[in-house]
Amino acid sequence: MSYFVVLTLTGVAAGMIYSALALALVLIWRATRVVNFSQGAMAMTTTYIALAVIQATGNYWFGFIAALAAGLVMGAVAERAIVRWVEKGPPLNAVIVTLGLLLVLEAVVPMIGGAQIRAFPAPFSIAATAVGSTFIALSPFNIFTIAVVLLVMVALLVLFRFTSLGLRMRAAAFAPEIARLLGVRVGRLLTFGWSLATMAGALAGLLVAPTLLLYPNNMDAVLVYGFTAAVLGGLDSPVGALVGGLSIGLALSYIGGYFGGDLETAGVLVILIAILMIWPKGLFVHAAERRV
Amino acid sequence: MLGSLSAFRPTLIRHSILGLGFLLAAGLAVWWVDSFNQFLVYELSSVCYFAIAAAGLTVLTGLNGQLSLGHGALMGIGAYTTAVLLKDHTDLNPGLVMAAATLVTAGASVIVGAAAARLRGPYLAGATLGLAVGLPGVAVRFSNVFGGDTGLSVPALSAPDALSSVPPVVWLVWVGLVPTVITFVLLANLVRTRYGRDFRAIREDEVASALYGIRVARTQVLAFVLSGACAGLAGSLLGYTANVAAPGSFPLTLSLLLLAAIVIGGLGTLPGAVWGALIIVFAPDWISSLSDAAHLPIAMQGQLPLALFGAVFVVAMLAFPHGIQGGLVRLWRLRAGRRTDGASEGAAGT
Repeated sequence: MSYFVVLTLTGVAAGMIYSALALALVLIWRATRVVNFSQGAMAMTTTYIALAVIQATGNYWFGFIAALAAGLVMGAVAERAIVRWVEKGPPLNAVIVTLGLLLVLEAVVPMIGGAQIRAFPAPFSIAATAVGSTFIALSPFNIFTIAVVLLVMVALLVLFRFTSLGLRMRAAAFAPEIARLLGVRVGRLLTFGWSLATMAGALAGLLVAPTLLLYPNNMDAVLVYGFTAAVLGGLDSPVGALVGGLSIGLALSYIGGYFGGDLETAGVLVILIAILMIWPKGLFVHAAERRV
Repeated sequence: MLGSLSAFRPTLIRHSILGLGFLLAAGLAVWWVDSFNQFLVYELSSVCYFAIAAAGLTVLTGLNGQLSLGHGALMGIGAYTTAVLLKDHTDLNPGLVMAAATLVTAGASVIVGAAAARLRGPYLAGATLGLAVGLPGVAVRFSNVFGGDTGLSVPALSAPDALSSVPPVVWLVWVGLVPTVITFVLLANLVRTRYGRDFRAIREDEVASALYGIRVARTQVLAFVLSGACAGLAGSLLGYTANVAAPGSFPLTLSLLLLAAIVIGGLGTLPGAVWGALIIVFAPDWISSLSDAAHLPIAMQGQLPLALFGAVFVVAMLAFPHGIQGGLVRLWRLRAGRRTDGASEGAAGT
């Protein structure tokens, strides 16, 4: 029983990270109807930037902020310079472009930062904590992870629901032509959406690196998990991203705990295909027709 | 297929004669090249399996409009089938082994294809991405069958006694050329039958195709199975060429390289698959000899081909969505001033 509890708690902590990456994918999908397959590679890149800043300044939080800022800039540049030109075309073109970005980032980062596996510092201990005589499976870093992802989720919710900027962003995503007629700067808001999303991805990169270590394709599997989470949630809903991320985190933890770690990814694949067979558009879909 | 048999028979004969001629010419050319550049010959066997896999992916992605990021993993199924079959019976006929690998992979593709036919756009890409990332883990988990991280070895091919003067490398390429030519002849025919037209119709408009009487889901599964069978055959050949089937040989990058091949070559054209295969096999050599000449650090040299492929993805989609074959066809039309029908079809997923 206690093993089950341990698996559950670690699953929740990991699930929050997948939620953050899923959230990044969902934000971009909502804004531009593009799945950004380079999301993981972008997060890896910002984490390398964080590591460089941490090593230069000796302070974790400078690196943390640098990574988020780098995410903001990288998302804006990617959307404005590259994705803008394929957004209107066939979906396959956009997919291939983001895959190209993935290849470029995963090849260029090791050219500059080296391909070897590196340790990445955590601001809090990653060892399980003891409260009195009982061990809690959650480390202080796990608790930090859960808190910071929840904080970001709430901040985004407030932004989208209760601010004028959020309203304009939703308008730009759902009815770009009408929004444009009403004076919304649609192009800029789409760029901003990519910025926010890449920042959420950068957060996932920072949170996953202390346990997963840092190397050029350390985010490949996380991208698959995050994507699975986003698809579970219907790709359109931030709440769906959170629920999907937690489900995937728990599923991975149980599969890894009871059947062996090598089967984790294959297990997720089976879950993904099974769920898509039953609900081809995910669990949290609003009434939205597929564009023919 | 019986109904359209009479319609494609002349094409089949023409393609078969062309294929046979190419096979003889290429086979002799390889033997000649072997006398001065053995490494080049070895790389030609890589071209063979990349061309087969890229041709399969062309049918799926270029003609039918279904994206697969999992064809590298399907090649893995082919390679592992080959290795497992040869583990106890090292002298099995390579033709039989390749046929078995093709069938096993086609069988696996039925399952993936059935799921894929329900999925669209990003959902399909995500499911096949999961295949590419998840399948190597299965090989590691069941290490008593699949040899774990180190994988299984595949015995090297050698020519039969009657042809003992043929060097093993040349024999390897000959063994690779035969299935390559067969695959291309069969696919070139398929493209011109009702099935090929159905594939393209579905790519253009699923609803209209369904109204026209095409069974959309069934045709999509068929395209996936055909494409998967090609990947299995290519994987088997990869096993013979690399002499090993290991999880590390089938990373996500392999699937992306295949996609690169068909995008660079020209999405939706079979000759484009050959151009793409040639480029992904030989471009890394050219790039590394260029970077040697430019005295780039070692750390950069290994990564440069991938970075350039990635850049090509982006630039190709922004500027040249028709690839090499599209460019060649346009040049040919400009020169000859005549119309070659069908060759420039298949702008990315239109």
